[in-house]
Amino acid sequence: MKREEIFEKLNEIFRNNFDDDEIELKNETSSADIDDWDSLEQINLVVAIQDAFKVKFNIDEVNAMKNVGEMVDFIIEKVGA
Amino acid sequence: MMKELEYPFDAAWILSNRKKIKKSFLMENNNYIEKKVVILGGATTANVVQILDLFLLNNGIKASFYESEFGMYYEEALFPSEELAKFQPDVFYIHTCNRNITKLPHLGDSVEEIEKALAAEKDKYKSIWEKLYSDYGCPIVQNNFEMPLFRLLGNKDVSDPHGAVNYISRLNTALNSYAQEHKDFFICDINYISADYGLKEWSDPFYWYMYKYALNVNAIPTLAFNVANIIKSIFGKNKKGFVLDLDNTLWGGVIGDDGVDNIKLGPETSAGQVYSEFQSYIKAHIQMGIVLSVDSKNDESNALSGLKHPDSVLSPDDFIEIRANWEPKDKNFLEIAGSLNLLPESLVFVDDNPAERHIVSGQIPGVSTPEIGESHQYIINIDRNGYFETTYLSEDDLKRNAMYQENAKRSKAQASFSDYGEYLDSLEMSATIKSFEPIYMARIAQLTNKSNQFNLTTKRYTQGEIEEIACDSNYITLYGKLEDRFGDNGVVALCIGHLIDGVCHIELWLMSCRVLKRDMECAMLDELVEKCRNIGISELRGYYYPTAKNAMVKDFYGNMGFSRISENVEESIWSLSINNQYTNKNKHIQVRVEQ
Repeated sequence: MKREEIFEKLNEIFRNNFDDDEIELKNETSSADIDDWDSLEQINLVVAIQDAFKVKFNIDEVNAMKNVGEMVDFIIEKVGA
Repeated sequence: MMKELEYPFDAAWILSNRKKIKKSFLMENNNYIEKKVVILGGATTANVVQILDLFLLNNGIKASFYESEFGMYYEEALFPSEELAKFQPDVFYIHTCNRNITKLPHLGDSVEEIEKALAAEKDKYKSIWEKLYSDYGCPIVQNNFEMPLFRLLGNKDVSDPHGAVNYISRLNTALNSYAQEHKDFFICDINYISADYGLKEWSDPFYWYMYKYALNVNAIPTLAFNVANIIKSIFGKNKKGFVLDLDNTLWGGVIGDDGVDNIKLGPETSAGQVYSEFQSYIKAHIQMGIVLSVDSKNDESNALSGLKHPDSVLSPDDFIEIRANWEPKDKNFLEIAGSLNLLPESLVFVDDNPAERHIVSGQIPGVSTPEIGESHQYIINIDRNGYFETTYLSEDDLKRNAMYQENAKRSKAQASFSDYGEYLDSLEMSATIKSFEPIYMARIAQLTNKSNQFNLTTKRYTQGEIEEIACDSNYITLYGKLEDRFGDNGVVALCIGHLIDGVCHIELWLMSCRVLKRDMECAMLDELVEKCRNIGISELRGYYYPTAKNAMVKDFYGNMGFSRISENVEESIWSLSINNQYTNKNKHIQVRVEQ
């Protein structure tokens, strides 16, 4: 799966989760850029990503995801791009 | 009803679309009832609240929530915040889990120490519940405890007092006892639900360590679905009946094509066994007061022959309405709801055919049409929906429903007979008519004080007076108890005759309106005449005292063959000579009398 495809799918997940069709993710997008993105929403994103990409993250990985780019890196590592 | 929120639902879809779902509910202009729900959590409750909200909306309940601070279920119950005190809750949900247990046993603990810890844990929860009852007086839904994720002692964990499995099981038993003793206390059985879901997945520690969730976030819809079922049941939003298809639903095959001898039903084949078990499952609902009806595309004679199949667990008598014809199913469905006097959305449509489900759910908004899957999955797909989640179930409710079903069956039976006598015979009535007996004194006194319509003299008696008359040889007393094929009506008719100078003066004659037009009055007169004859009484004297309510028996004595002696505005007096000319009037009730 190409990085762009993952990005696209991730964008969809974010829009759904925050019910906001304006969201355009970039590598450096982080919780500072999206108002509602707190730790409780973080878990919802993780659950949705795990479900959509059929992957599982461990505690260290989730804690290390500081922005969208790092999320994509972890996903690529799991699904093997 | 949103199909996506009925079992089997896609939990991941619900989680990621929860905001859209909520919006779509709020755009609909439904008649929601509003309820205030307090969630006291021993773990994170954010998603629990959001998803519970959706399932409650789907059951017609618009909830507002108060969430305790993280993990503060005990503190906020015992020392409520100002906000909670002002909230005026309608129901509490205490969301705790086995991680909230104060102290699980250690191998080094003595049995006494374990007992002490268990008692303390029970007391802790009891103090929460008692405090909530006294402060708010509303229902409480309490999670019990899921099994531990690991077992130090292996299989012995369940039997040894040091085992966590043993300890948690005993704690759960204590919760059950409390529920049995308190009618407003309900257990959310996460012990069962987590087992059903898969304990390893349910208790995935990732979610506890990352976000302090008591359970896997993916399992939250399953939990919230169950909690919503309990709450909607508490607030009277349960379903009330099944409307069932026949071919490939209650038996395998198409009876019109295959013939009654070739449908799959009964112990001979594996396919037949599946349908038998399903029929037993459906039939068991009758005892809970659930109303069954048939909505089938069949000739009625074929439908009935299937239900009369020797291996059919369900019989035609188990159904209130049987609509077997070639009309569209949604039309039959609405007629069934109408004749049961129930809202269509309170009935569950069970049909193996997706096209039929589609037409019913499409034409009649709000009706549940579960996707029942393959025949061996029917039970689980219906059962997991929790349509009939039981919270309050009194004996009275059960009886009332039975009575309702009996009445519906009687009137249906009546409709199919051309001759009324034939109908009465079909009821297979049997009566007991005897002198007043001690066990019925309370019921007899109650009847004299309650009956107004079929009551010739409207004379009221206390139980004491009834007991005196019963042992006075100057009186003849008779009670009549009537049973029929649909059930026991209990004591429904009374006569008291005062014997003066060879004449029996009928001081009281009454009958419950439940058994009007059943010839019970004929059976009573036959026995009264017989009693009088045996002790040499030659005349019955009847009195009618008109009231605002008893006009229906104005001509009763005349109709029974008495002749009028006198009449004025206050009374009419009637007489019947007792001689050998009298022939018994009752022809339809089998009567047991005193020997």
